[in-house]
Amino acid sequence: MDYTRFLNNTISSVKPSGIRKFFDIVNEMDDVISLSVGEPDFRTPWHVRQAGIESLKSGKTWYTPNRGYKTLRTEIADFLKRKYTLTYNPDTQILVTVGGSEALDVAIRCLANPDDEVLIHQPSFVCYEPLTAMTGAKPVVINTKAENSFRLKPYELEAAITPKSKVLILSYPNNPTGAIMEKEDLEAIAEVVKKHDLFVISDEIYSELTYGQNHVSIASLEGMSERTLVINGFSKAYAMTGWRLGYAAGPAPVLEQMTKLHQYCIMSAPTTAQWAAIEALRNGDSDIDEMRSDYEMRRRLVVGRFNEMGLTCFEPKGAFYCFPSIKSTGLSSEEFCTRLLNAKGVAVVPGDAFGECGEGHVRVSYSYSLNHLKEALKRIEEFLKEL
Amino acid sequence: MDKLLKLLSRNSEYSVSELALMLGEPEDYVRARIKKYEDDGIIKGYRALVNYEKVQDAGVTAYIELKVTPQKKSGFDEIAKRIMAFDEVESVYLMAGAYDLSIIVKGETIQEVSAFVSRKLSALDGILSTATHFILKRYKDDGVVLEDEDISDERCMNY
Repeated sequence: MDYTRFLNNTISSVKPSGIRKFFDIVNEMDDVISLSVGEPDFRTPWHVRQAGIESLKSGKTWYTPNRGYKTLRTEIADFLKRKYTLTYNPDTQILVTVGGSEALDVAIRCLANPDDEVLIHQPSFVCYEPLTAMTGAKPVVINTKAENSFRLKPYELEAAITPKSKVLILSYPNNPTGAIMEKEDLEAIAEVVKKHDLFVISDEIYSELTYGQNHVSIASLEGMSERTLVINGFSKAYAMTGWRLGYAAGPAPVLEQMTKLHQYCIMSAPTTAQWAAIEALRNGDSDIDEMRSDYEMRRRLVVGRFNEMGLTCFEPKGAFYCFPSIKSTGLSSEEFCTRLLNAKGVAVVPGDAFGECGEGHVRVSYSYSLNHLKEALKRIEEFLKEL
Repeated sequence: MDKLLKLLSRNSEYSVSELALMLGEPEDYVRARIKKYEDDGIIKGYRALVNYEKVQDAGVTAYIELKVTPQKKSGFDEIAKRIMAFDEVESVYLMAGAYDLSIIVKGETIQEVSAFVSRKLSALDGILSTATHFILKRYKDDGVVLEDEDISDERCMNY
C-alpha cells in the first residue's frame, strides 16, 4: 500500500538523516571501539537515583502540575541565579519538559509562523532544522568556521538576516564542535539581535561542561532576558539522559503559550525524574565538579593526541566533543569514518551529519574512560599511518 | 589527592607525554614529579593487577582479625613488625573497632594457612585471639571490577 497520501507532507520531505545507515552498521558490529556517543559515560549520582527510588516507594506515581512541581521550578530558578545570574519567577517563567528536546520543539512551535525565518548556525545539533520545517517556517543556515573556533560572528548573523527573520537558535557550548561563546562574542551577537528585533532560543544543555571559564548565558546580557528563551536540562550536567528531563525559562508571555502546548501534547514531565532532579539541584554541585574534572583530563589527552597525529583540532572549551579536521587525509568525512570503522573498528561521527559545513571534520566524543580513549587513539594513529 | 598520583594509582602505564597532556604540565616537570614520588617512597613500585579469579593455582587468601595486647612503649608497632616479617603475610593494618590488627595472608592451600595461624601466628607473644576468614570469590579488586560483563557499554551511537 502506498502510504504517501496518508502521511504528512512536511515530515515526509524532511530528509532522512544520512548518518542513520552508518549508525545502524556500527550498532550491529561487535567489538567496535566507539567514540561516537552523545551522552555522559557516568551514571546518575547515586543520591539522585535514590531520590527517584524513594519517590516511587512512597507512591508518587501521578502526573505533576503541567509546569512541573513548584519545588523543582523554584530549585531551577535558584540554580539559574547562582550559576548564570539569571532571574526567573518560578510561577510564570519556567516550564519543566521531557528533556531539552521537548522544550526546543515546543519553543519553535510557539514562536514560528509559516514563512518566518529561523536562523540556525551549523555545525550544530541535528533537530533544529527539522523542527523548524515542521512549523512551515524556513530554516536559514549560517555556517560557522573552524578559523573562528566555530563561534558565531556578528557579521555572519547580519548577512543571513532578512525582513522575515524572527528567531535565532543559539547552541553553545556546541555539539559537535565543543565551541563556546565568551561574553564578548555574545555581546556582539546581542547587538545584532536587538537591532533587528529578533528573539533568541538559547540551547544551553552543555552549560555546566565548560573548561577554563564559566558559561555565560546570552540572557544575562543587558536587554536580552526579555527576548531570550533559555533551554537547559539535567541530561549532561548530572548524567541523567535516560530520565528525560529538561526545562525552558524565559519571558512569561512566551512561557504561557508553551505551557498551553505542553499541556496538550505531554501533560507533565516524568514524575520520578522530577523528584530525582530536585535532589540533583539541591545536592549535586560537587558531582558536576567531579565529572567536569574528569572530562577535562580526557579533553586534554584527546585534543593533544589528535594534534600530534596531524589531525588539527582547535581547542574545544565546552561539552565533551572535539572536532578534528581530517582534510589532510584527502578523504571525505564519510569515507574517513567508514574506512576507520572497517580497518580498525573505531567509530566516530562524520562532521557533515551536523550540517554541510561540518564536512572535512569528524566528531569525537571523549565521554569514555581514559583507558578506552587511549586504545581508540592508538588505533586511529595506526589507521593514519597505514593510509 | 594530587591528580598525577591519582592517575598513576589507577594505571601506571600512562606515558609521560600522555600524563603531561592530561595534566596540562610540561613533560620534564611531570617526569621530575614522578621521580620525586619514587624517591620519597610515595610510589613504592609498579606491577600487574592480576585477576586471581582466572588463575588456576592462585592459592587461597585469608583475612585474619587479631586481638593483641599492646606493649608498654611501642603500642601495636612492635607486634605488627613481627607479623610483617612472615613471608606469608601480604598486608598488615591497625584497625579501629572490635579488633586491633587486620592481616591478609596468602597460602597454597587452606591447610597451609591454618598451619601458619595455629603454629606461627598464635605462638607470638601478645596475641590474644585470632579469627580467620577465607575469600571465596573476588568481585572487585583495587577499584577494578573483575567480571567482564559488568563493564559493557549500553549506550547507543547517537547525536
